[in-house]
Order: sequence, then structure tokens, then C-alpha cells
Amino acid sequence: METTKRSYSDTFTIAWRCLLLSRRNPETFLTSILLPALMMLLFVALFDGLVHVGGASYTAYIVPGVLIQCAAQGSSTTAVMVNQDITSGVMSRLSTLPVRQRSLLSGHVLEACGRSLVTSAVVLLIALLLGFRPAFSLTGLGISLLLLSGMILALSWMAVTVGILSKSPQGASSLSSLAIVLPYLSSGFVPTEHLPPLLRTFARHQPMTPVIDSLRAALAGHPADMGLLAAAFLWCILLSSVFYAASVLLLRKKLHG
Amino acid sequence: MERNNVSIFVSSLKKRYKDREVLRDLTFSVPAGTIYALLGSNGAGKTTTVRILTTQLRPDGGTARVRGFDVTREPEKVHQVISVTGQFSCLDESLTGTENLLLMGRLRHLAAPVRSAVRLLEYFDLSSHADRRVSGWSGGMKRKLDIAMSLVGSPDVLFLDEPTTGLDPQSRLAMWQIVRRLRDGGMTVLLTTQYLEEAEQLADQIGILSEGKILAEGTPARLKSLLPRGAVRFVFYSPKDLERAASLLGTPAGKWRTSCLPEKCALTVFTDGRADTLGELFCRLREDSISVREFSEQSPSLEDVFLTMIKEEKSYGNNKTKL
Repeated sequence: METTKRSYSDTFTIAWRCLLLSRRNPETFLTSILLPALMMLLFVALFDGLVHVGGASYTAYIVPGVLIQCAAQGSSTTAVMVNQDITSGVMSRLSTLPVRQRSLLSGHVLEACGRSLVTSAVVLLIALLLGFRPAFSLTGLGISLLLLSGMILALSWMAVTVGILSKSPQGASSLSSLAIVLPYLSSGFVPTEHLPPLLRTFARHQPMTPVIDSLRAALAGHPADMGLLAAAFLWCILLSSVFYAASVLLLRKKLHG
Repeated sequence: MERNNVSIFVSSLKKRYKDREVLRDLTFSVPAGTIYALLGSNGAGKTTTVRILTTQLRPDGGTARVRGFDVTREPEKVHQVISVTGQFSCLDESLTGTENLLLMGRLRHLAAPVRSAVRLLEYFDLSSHADRRVSGWSGGMKRKLDIAMSLVGSPDVLFLDEPTTGLDPQSRLAMWQIVRRLRDGGMTVLLTTQYLEEAEQLADQIGILSEGKILAEGTPARLKSLLPRGAVRFVFYSPKDLERAASLLGTPAGKWRTSCLPEKCALTVFTDGRADTLGELFCRLREDSISVREFSEQSPSLEDVFLTMIKEEKSYGNNKTKL
């Protein structure tokens, strides 16, 4: 009981440290506030009118895609920070304190989740300015928040794994940029039926598509497709737990040789 | 065998990285409240030893205990009593001094982390920079903060891996002062160093580490008594001259211990430090018409001497098989 309480408090301490570090890093400010705002504006400016998405406005169509896209972008910051902690020796030093190693990692994840939720708020704000009007229903908003958080959690643990696996911060950065491509190969920006056959198959079966589709439906106030929603949550839980387990194991191996 | 007042106990410790044996058979112990210096050159196994004792690395064999806790079986208990400052500064450069200390205080679950941070900054004379980001600090100040971070929560046993490498002479003196005060306050300190002077200034016991073994151990005074008083270095014009001089002056033909540096055509001869001895050396060289290009007096380093001893041991063996 006492140790559980201690490790929760350690997670918050590490998250506090990461928050200070990322607040003072101009690049992080750029990727978590400025870039997302720009992305939202650019996509609407470039593709509105070119892409036909059925009844809804293109702005409303891409909001979930941009949200996930920006979360992926933000998680690459975490991959770099985790890798820097390992290569600089900070992680080794902290591991000689009476602190559990997994708390060191979950602190990073907690900060990543907080940061990505702020990013999401920026994206939503810009979308509102562009005329996006989500349906106001408590269930809809609740489901949206859960889906978004679930995807952010999965992406953050993936970023931690990437950060541990990479040999250098640059490596971590380029490896995690693969995650940034994934939203383009989903239903996020273009309906999947407009994609070439091979990409269409990939897009329909990759985890981001059910999350994005369910998110879109929830924000529009449409009734949820239960099968889709279940798939979305299962993906988030599955990815989060796989990457959590992987990163805890990999860190132990990395630190103790 | 292991008494209550022993803080660090190491017995037959072994570690191998792939095909390189870093620790062969390391054995030593450190009484509580004393400073023990592991003296050795790069690659002798100093950092590996510190990493094993601080649970960062698993040994391949042998025993290591800190305050009675086994480092491989009870790492959590070891973490409660130790602190480590590595060879390279491990700070968050974009955090301030206070924030770095607060991080440690919170992770150690102190009741009043802020008060501890303020006190340590004062103790290390860093209060003026408390709220500035560490990235703008000098190397000496960063090193001090690094050690201050290790002292958060007053650990019993402190590991310092080359605490003064890369520091200017003034910061080095300040660091020595700090380490002595910690020992006087009852802390056990294991430090590693490449500098004989540092070990001599600080340590209650010195262990000379070479190729993963303790070569000689004792108080600085005892080890110094084994040291020759003087050392002179001759540089010759040709490798042939060097070879001749070495066999002329060095044991077993001559009566002095020597150490050769073929790349530089140089020979170091350890002497009793008397002026007459110098005369004798020059006479011998002149008698055999070996001309000397350069000559200088040197202060013998403890490690040099021991390395020479080992080399002698090995080459005796080789010579015998050749003859």
C-alpha cells in the first residue's frame, strides 16, 4: 500500500520534471502548440472543396484526424526526451534512487498525455474558429474524450518504447516520425474508399481508423456504431499494454546490460 | 569475516564484457566513516566497480555488499543507503539549481524538500545561482551541484566516480574540502581517481586497481614508503641506444627499476633521489658511449611503479622461456 502510494507520487514528480523540461524547450512549444494550429488551418485551406466527404463539412470531417495526427507528433517529443534521459545517464542515476523504474517511465507518459490534451484543445479551438460545431451531448463528449485519451496513451507508451530502443535522440526522432505518417493512411483526411486498393486495405484495418471514425461520430452526435467503438477501445487497450510491458522490460535490459 | 562497521564489502568480484575481462578478482572492504580511493588508469575497472556497487550493472561472479545488503539480491535496500555521482555530470541543464535538488528531494520522499534544497545550495555556496538555469553555470559549479544532488536525504554511503576530472585546480581543492567534511560528518565515501595526489590527499585507504585486480592496498603513508624517492627520464637518439641503456641500468643487470617508453625513445629510472645517484647514472651511460638527448627529473607516480613491477614479473617469465 505504502509502496503503491510512493510510486504514484514518483510518477507525478517525474511528470513535473518533464513538464518543466518541455515548457523550456522552444521546439516542444512549436510541435505542441504552433504546428497543430497550422495543420488545422492548412488542411482546411488546401483541401476544403477538393475532397468530398458526403454531407458534413470538410472541417468537421478532419478534426479527429488532425487530433490524432497532432498527438502522434507530440509523442515524438517524448521519444526524444526518454532517449536523452538514457543517453545522458540521467535515467541510470535516477534508477539508483529508491524509485521503481516503471515510475520513471510512467512519469514521461503522464506528461505526454497532459501535453497532448493541451494540443488537442488548441486544435479544437482553431476548428471552432473555422466553423466547426460539435454536437453538444454529454455522452458524445465523454466518449470523445475517452477515445482521444486512449489513443494518446497508446501513442505515448509507443513513444517510450521507441525512445528506449533508439541509439540516439536523432534516431528516436526519425523512428517516431513513422507514427506521424499513420494518420494519413487512415480515414482521417480522406475517406478510405478514395484510397488506392492496397492502401485502402491497410487503412481499413489499422487501429487509428476505428478510433477516428468513432471519434467523428461522437463529435457529430451520431449514434455510436457499437462494433466500431469496441474495436477502437480494444485497440487502445491492447497497444497501451503491449508497449507498456515492452518498455518496462527493455529499460531493465538497457540499464543493467 | 564481515564486521558490523564495514560499509562496503567486495569479494572476488568478476565482470566480463564480451571478450574483455574487466574485473578479474576484485576484493576489498571499506570501514564505515572512511574514505577509500580506487586509484587506477583508464580501463582499470574503476567505473565498472562503481556501477556494480550501485546496482547499475550485474557482476558475473563474486559478492558485493553495501551496508550488509547484497547488491544483486537486495537492490532496493541498497538504494535506500547509497548515492552516486557519476563520471559525467547528470543534471537537467534546463532546470534551475533549486529544481534539480527538488527533484531529488521529492524522489527521496523528504518531508521538506524545499528546505533541504535551500540548505544544500547554501552549504555548497551556490545560493546566488539557485534560480538560474544550470546550462549557464561553470563546470566547477555544475560538479558541486551534482554532488549536492547526491547528498539529498543524507545517504550513508557515497560513491564518487572521478569527482575532479576536468575541474580547474581551484575547484579541485574546493571539492577535496567538501569530501573531507562529508567523511568527518560520518559518511562512507568510495571515490575513484586517476590522480595519485588526490588519493593521497583524501583517502584513509588507497587501493591500486590494475586490470581488474587490487595490486596493492594500504594507507597513503604505507604505500608512499614503497615509492622510490626520485625518478629521472632519459631520452635517447635511437631505439638501439634505448635498448642498451635499459639493459645496462635496469634490473637484473643494473640495480635500478626502469620503465621504457619505446615510442618516445624514453627510459624512466627510479632512484633513491640522491644527487650522487644521478652522477652514477650519467657515468654508466658515458662509459658505454650512450649519448643522452634529453634529461629530466620527474616525480614518480605510484601507479607507474606498480605497473613497472608487474611488467617485470611478466617479462622475467618470458625471458626464462626464451633462454
